[in-house]
Amino acid sequence: MKKQPFRVEGLGDIERNRPIMFTFNGKTYTGFKGDTLASALLANGVILVGRSFKYHRPRGIFGVGVDDPNALVQIGVHGRSTPNERATTTEIFEGLIAKSVNVWPSLRYDILAINNSFSSMFPAGFYYKTFMWPASFWPIYEYFIRKAAGLGTVPKFEDPDTYEKKYVHYDLLIVGGGIAGLVAAHVSAKAGNRVILADERANLGGSKFNSEVTINNKPVKKWVSDIESELESIGDCMVLKRTTAVIHSDHNFVVLREKIIKPNNHSSHTMISQRLWKVRAKSVIYATGALERPMVFQNNDLPGVMLGSAVTDLIHRYGVCPGKNVAIAGNNASIYTLAEDLKACGANIVALSDSRKKSDNNENLAFDSEFPVFMGQAPICAFGKKKIRSVSFGPVNIDTAISQNKDDKKIDCDLLCLSGGYDPNLNLIAQAGGSVSFDTEVSSFNCQSIPKDIFLIGAAAGNFDLQDTISKSLNIVKKIIKQNGTSVFPDIVYQTKGSKSLNAVSPVWYVQSKKSNNKQFVDLHNDVTVSDIDLSVREGYKSIEHFKRYTTSGMGPDQGKIANVNALGILSKKIDINPQSIGTTRFRPPYTPITFGALAGRDLGDLAEPIRITALNVWHQESKAVFENVGQWKRPWYYPKNEETMEAAVNRECKAVRKSVGIFDASTLGKIELVGPDAGELLNRIYINRFDDLKVGSCRYGIICGDDGMVIDDGVTSRLEDKRWLMTTTTGNASKVFHWIDEWLQCEWPELDVFLTSVSSHWSTITIAGSNARNVLLELAGDVDVSNSSFPHHTWKIIKIFGVVARVFRVSFTGELSYEINIPSRYAHSLWESIISIGERYDITPFGTESLHTLRAEKGYIVVGHETDGSVTPDDIGFGWMMRKRKDFIGHRSLSRESIIGEKRPQLVGLLPETYIPEGAQVLSDEISGSDKQSIGHVTSSYNSPSLGIPIALGLIQGGRSLIGSNIRIIGPSNSMSVNAKIVSHCFYDPNGDRLNV
Amino acid sequence: MLNIPCPWCGLRSEVEFSSGGESEVIRPLDPLKKSDHEWSDYLFNRTNKKGWHVERWYHIHGCRKWFHIERNTITHEIRSSWPITEKHPEGNLSVSYSDREQ
Ligand SMILES: [Zn+2]
Repeated sequence: MKKQPFRVEGLGDIERNRPIMFTFNGKTYTGFKGDTLASALLANGVILVGRSFKYHRPRGIFGVGVDDPNALVQIGVHGRSTPNERATTTEIFEGLIAKSVNVWPSLRYDILAINNSFSSMFPAGFYYKTFMWPASFWPIYEYFIRKAAGLGTVPKFEDPDTYEKKYVHYDLLIVGGGIAGLVAAHVSAKAGNRVILADERANLGGSKFNSEVTINNKPVKKWVSDIESELESIGDCMVLKRTTAVIHSDHNFVVLREKIIKPNNHSSHTMISQRLWKVRAKSVIYATGALERPMVFQNNDLPGVMLGSAVTDLIHRYGVCPGKNVAIAGNNASIYTLAEDLKACGANIVALSDSRKKSDNNENLAFDSEFPVFMGQAPICAFGKKKIRSVSFGPVNIDTAISQNKDDKKIDCDLLCLSGGYDPNLNLIAQAGGSVSFDTEVSSFNCQSIPKDIFLIGAAAGNFDLQDTISKSLNIVKKIIKQNGTSVFPDIVYQTKGSKSLNAVSPVWYVQSKKSNNKQFVDLHNDVTVSDIDLSVREGYKSIEHFKRYTTSGMGPDQGKIANVNALGILSKKIDINPQSIGTTRFRPPYTPITFGALAGRDLGDLAEPIRITALNVWHQESKAVFENVGQWKRPWYYPKNEETMEAAVNRECKAVRKSVGIFDASTLGKIELVGPDAGELLNRIYINRFDDLKVGSCRYGIICGDDGMVIDDGVTSRLEDKRWLMTTTTGNASKVFHWIDEWLQCEWPELDVFLTSVSSHWSTITIAGSNARNVLLELAGDVDVSNSSFPHHTWKIIKIFGVVARVFRVSFTGELSYEINIPSRYAHSLWESIISIGERYDITPFGTESLHTLRAEKGYIVVGHETDGSVTPDDIGFGWMMRKRKDFIGHRSLSRESIIGEKRPQLVGLLPETYIPEGAQVLSDEISGSDKQSIGHVTSSYNSPSLGIPIALGLIQGGRSLIGSNIRIIGPSNSMSVNAKIVSHCFYDPNGDRLNV
Repeated sequence: MLNIPCPWCGLRSEVEFSSGGESEVIRPLDPLKKSDHEWSDYLFNRTNKKGWHVERWYHIHGCRKWFHIERNTITHEIRSSWPITEKHPEGNLSVSYSDREQ
């Protein structure tokens, strides 16, 4: 096994007896169980891990968690390949294959690094300015941008693993398993609350993990593992590690994303890859800690420049010290703790700068004899090509440092640790509606107001003193468990030793350079520099939201977690407005990127949406029907015979209906039973036409409008008994209409005594249509008289078919003699087969929705959604005569407005085009509109009519009824299509209805 | 996602409900007697309140009952809910049906 040059003996919490081999950019390395990809790479001395987004500058690991802006990697292969994972949050496993994203052709020789030399060509706002004009150049720009900016590769193969979602309810959700979160979980679980604790890392303990701190005289690591096992032993407490809270939605609905390590082998074995927890909690505590920010100076993005907190974490968790000769720079007390940690690793500290004039407790004096300590100074410039080689320091003037001369003293180093202060991690609390305000004492945003039932503890609450944090957390938990009805508070003491608190921070927003500011990186992920902020200010983008979009600072996968406050501080200096008045950009979910797989869960393929099939589906499938999706329904579209084309099949089916008899599955029709003494009155108000005078045994067609007077549905309603009615709706609107009537009934007319029941699936509907339909029915009807005189059009009868009660309605949507046989669904299949065999001698032909629509178009019958689009009145489609005059119905008042009765309304007409025209085509006429560019209407339905042998269409045309006989032109959708047509009546076939009433 | 107190079923998740908008929209008893202006006011104009707002919801995937709630449009806090035909528990809010009778 190769030695890991930056691994420190005796430190960290990794399993040194379990080496793990992995591959990064084609080279094999060894790490240990417990390592992240980042810690294992740093242990092996791999500094360079990526190229920056815009300039393709070399970049190294900078942070240690979700805040790291640089180390985006593609992990896994084949279907398990995942782009844009963070090296810092990816745990290694045997055989892991990872590579950098955003490098081309390779990490060391990146061709686009030339962008770096031409960086003045890529200033802020570059995309907006360059690509405004001409539009035709877009494809060229786009190619360039995609090539240049590509972050990772979308896997080409299907993901073999599954993702799942889980809904849970808890008394208390605690986000963050640092000391504060653990104390809160421990006490509340002991008090009997149902608690869920989530932490995004693989180990609990947060920033104090494996540090020198002791709690109740136990080393913190031991204390943490004891508390963890105790929590796990409590039944109603759940601890989720590797789990990030990503979304905080209303009423404490919090979405957690749990990652489960996923191997990258080709195994077809399916495993659960990630789990999305949807938690509804009575209370939520955020113990999300604080994120350290860097300092901004020339070349601060060189590999080997890292956050101090990241280095501390690497030492404590992984036993990795990523440098031998280390420089430290900061503006707060944390740098002295870091210096001690580094010393314990045996690192050589070459210099330390503290931008404050004076440290809190004169810590600087303790180190003075060991290495140079520069008080009141900050780094001016880092030097090096692919990694840092040296750094220079200079004095700080108020809150900016000014670069001195060329002879600034360079100090050699291979690691520079930065601490520019701490930002409480407020993303989720801000999502929840909390507000933040700028605290000048610590130069960061703190939470100002917190929504109900949400609490903040620890560093997230701006509290950097461990003992104080614990006592405040206990007070909050006391409040919560009391609210949850528990009065006994467990008497537990948590006494800590060895932690240092963090007091004042003096900001150094950036180091002003004598030369230019174009290598002082504010947002490392998006390559935003101080000069970009200058430009943004010069061009007037001073509002923080404009500023963000213009410079792209704070965008992308890391959302500027460590960049935003520095960017704000610098902007504040440049425009001389205090940070509080500038404010922050809006914190948006998700906190960290989530893969689409986790959001989709198992709602994929056939489970993406419910599929509805009729009771006759098996027959349709056996008969090789081609299906059409109608909402969630699968409906037979047509039944091709011997390789027939769709056109041939529809032609044959339509002709069979017109000539003899066809059979159609109409089961998807919406069916609503209305029962009660006031059902007739309710129907009077729902439909535009009267219904209460309908006789038992009769059926009537009706139109439904909204209160705005626009048609929303139509259908036939029949009176079954004196107080029992059956309404039918269109397939697509079945549930909409049902709930809409329910709303009127419950909210506006509760005095009406009516019961609504949806019976759409209880009854299957088999339609037989054509001149031989009665002959077929005769064989089913037994001794029921089905002659025209006894069973005329628009009536219905109960017929016992093979002993089963069927409701047979004589209604027609094809223009032919037609019966809709409603039968309880469990008998539908056998009835259908019986009809097919009875109908054999008439050559009975199954027909699908396409033929039905063609036949109805020949008759000029409308289809809601084709001929209507939410802006069409009953009169527009020729049903003005149907409306009741004096009595109120829904839509009546709107339909009596003068402007809606005008002659220029779009009116339904028939069109006879020279050739077939697509639906949606526009109708033009210079004669009528006085312009050959002004549309006077459009085509709503268009078919080649099998019965007439010519193309026919329906259309809505301004004042169309008075234009019958006129010649018009139909154009579109492509410019080249232009067809002459004639306006005719909308009924093309059997206009007198002779075929209906035979 | 809201947690909505159905007067019949208790606290349930928003996915079970559908929203019916502002409760204080009162349909005129005799629409034909209303002017175009009054009618369009009923049809289209809403107060779009900032703060406490009375609105009606439908427990569409539950008990199928309509009811009113009082929700704060800024914080989304819901402080009361009551059946659709009843008056506001504290009495002085005008909400649809119950006030139409007067
Ligand atoms: Zn309910």
